[in-house]
Amino acid sequence: MQRDNDMEHLIEIRDLTFGYGRTAVVEDISLDIADKDYILLIGPNGGGKTTLLKLILGILKPWNGTIAFQKDIAGQIGYVPQFSSFNRNFPITVSEMALSGCISGRNYLKRYSREERRRTDMMLEKVNLSDKRNESIIDLSGGQLQRVLIARSLVSEPAILLLDEPTASIDITSQSTLLNLLDELNQEIAIVVVTHDPTAFSLSYRHLACLNKNLYFHGRGKLDAAVLENIYGCPVELIGHGVPHTIVQKH
Amino acid sequence: MQSILSYEFMQNALMAGIMASIVCGVIGPFIVTKRMVFISGGLTHAAFGGLGIAYWLGIRPLYGATVFVLCIAAILSRLEGRTDKNDLFVGILWAVGVAIGIIFIHMTPGYAPDLMTFLFGNILTVPRSDIVIMLILTLAVVVPIVTCYKGFVSIALDEEYARARQLPVNALNTGLMMLVALAVVTLIQVVGIILVIALLTIPVAIAGELSLIFRRIMLLSILCGIMICLTGLSLSYSLEVPSGASIIITGAVFLGSVKSIKYFFFRRRSTATGEMHP
Repeated sequence: MQRDNDMEHLIEIRDLTFGYGRTAVVEDISLDIADKDYILLIGPNGGGKTTLLKLILGILKPWNGTIAFQKDIAGQIGYVPQFSSFNRNFPITVSEMALSGCISGRNYLKRYSREERRRTDMMLEKVNLSDKRNESIIDLSGGQLQRVLIARSLVSEPAILLLDEPTASIDITSQSTLLNLLDELNQEIAIVVVTHDPTAFSLSYRHLACLNKNLYFHGRGKLDAAVLENIYGCPVELIGHGVPHTIVQKH
Repeated sequence: MQSILSYEFMQNALMAGIMASIVCGVIGPFIVTKRMVFISGGLTHAAFGGLGIAYWLGIRPLYGATVFVLCIAAILSRLEGRTDKNDLFVGILWAVGVAIGIIFIHMTPGYAPDLMTFLFGNILTVPRSDIVIMLILTLAVVVPIVTCYKGFVSIALDEEYARARQLPVNALNTGLMMLVALAVVTLIQVVGIILVIALLTIPVAIAGELSLIFRRIMLLSILCGIMICLTGLSLSYSLEVPSGASIIITGAVFLGSVKSIKYFFFRRRSTATGEMHP
């Protein structure tokens, strides 16, 4: 892991390879994440999307290649995981859950500071959950839980937010709340969204990264069926609903 | 009640019960939320192996069990996360632990009455000297949990996130496993190997019916544990039934009553500890 003060991008990934067992899941990936970028990461199941996020977060260590962070970015990456990755029935209050985003390798033996509690209150306000702060997360709906996870990822004041399938387990109303919140956050910080539903984000995103072991990077308006077919390994249909690049995979 | 308390063995039993309840209340919620009940069972039975070896060597059985279980816990936590065969390994450990215990007891000349105490538990025979060791073990469990509370909650709630936040997740997991091992050894004194699991789970189950907040579940587990131990002890005294079994049955009845009262009067679904995953 390198740290460079004069880096142009927040994160620069070069020739990254990683896999489980002996099989590479992601191979020779290079990707730049710029300040205030908004990247959609799409691709088929098993294409390595979540794996790439975990590599960026340092949960997994790459076989090969480098991930360089701009000064002070490493460890200050917000992460909103899928619901299935944590203990959803853990008895904890909304505010304690959000507060736990402040915990790091350096401060886990200390008590929460007043400043950390203040930031947590602010973030719960931001995701509109202040009235639920003393409730248990067990009693929350999918949309509310999603917002707690976002609050948790924001309390450490990250410069970049990684979200893994944020629209997967929430209803359509919660989805539009989420999209508005992400747009608002994107004024300040970079956002990377792993999704199977790029349609939802089609108005907001700046770059589209398609991952199926290898990575294909596109700006807006550079995507065609041939490229997608290459990524998904099957014919893919592009449908325009007045929004560019709405993608539906044919089964 | 005063007459009961005038006996030294009763005072010892009370102190042992209270300490056991504190240990259970502090470590139990982690065992239940982290789904380590089966592993705790394996460690408990592995402890029997340690007891047997200690008996054969002629050292104090509690020391033998402590060292043996700590070693097993260290090995287990190294295996965890690295293989999905953990479940299988714990099952084997369960059986082999008991087998080792039996072989070593068999090899030791003479009858081993103390080991029956360890198997079925008899809180009424806990000597003063063991109370001191129990106090040390209790502190050895409670102090790390309190100082490292945030870290342990993090790995029980969302291990992956803890890794992303650069917490020493492997060390915390090993630490928790060691603490479970110490807790098990402490509890063996009170209710015996067979009933340790019950004392680690029943108070937490009751507390889980009463609260959905981890800190409160801990506190309530301690209180429930003390209540169960005291009630169980008095019943064992007045009805002249074995104390360990009496404590557990009391706990089960208590849990049953709380669940039924909740069901009939509040109609709330059971949550925190009942079904951990949706």
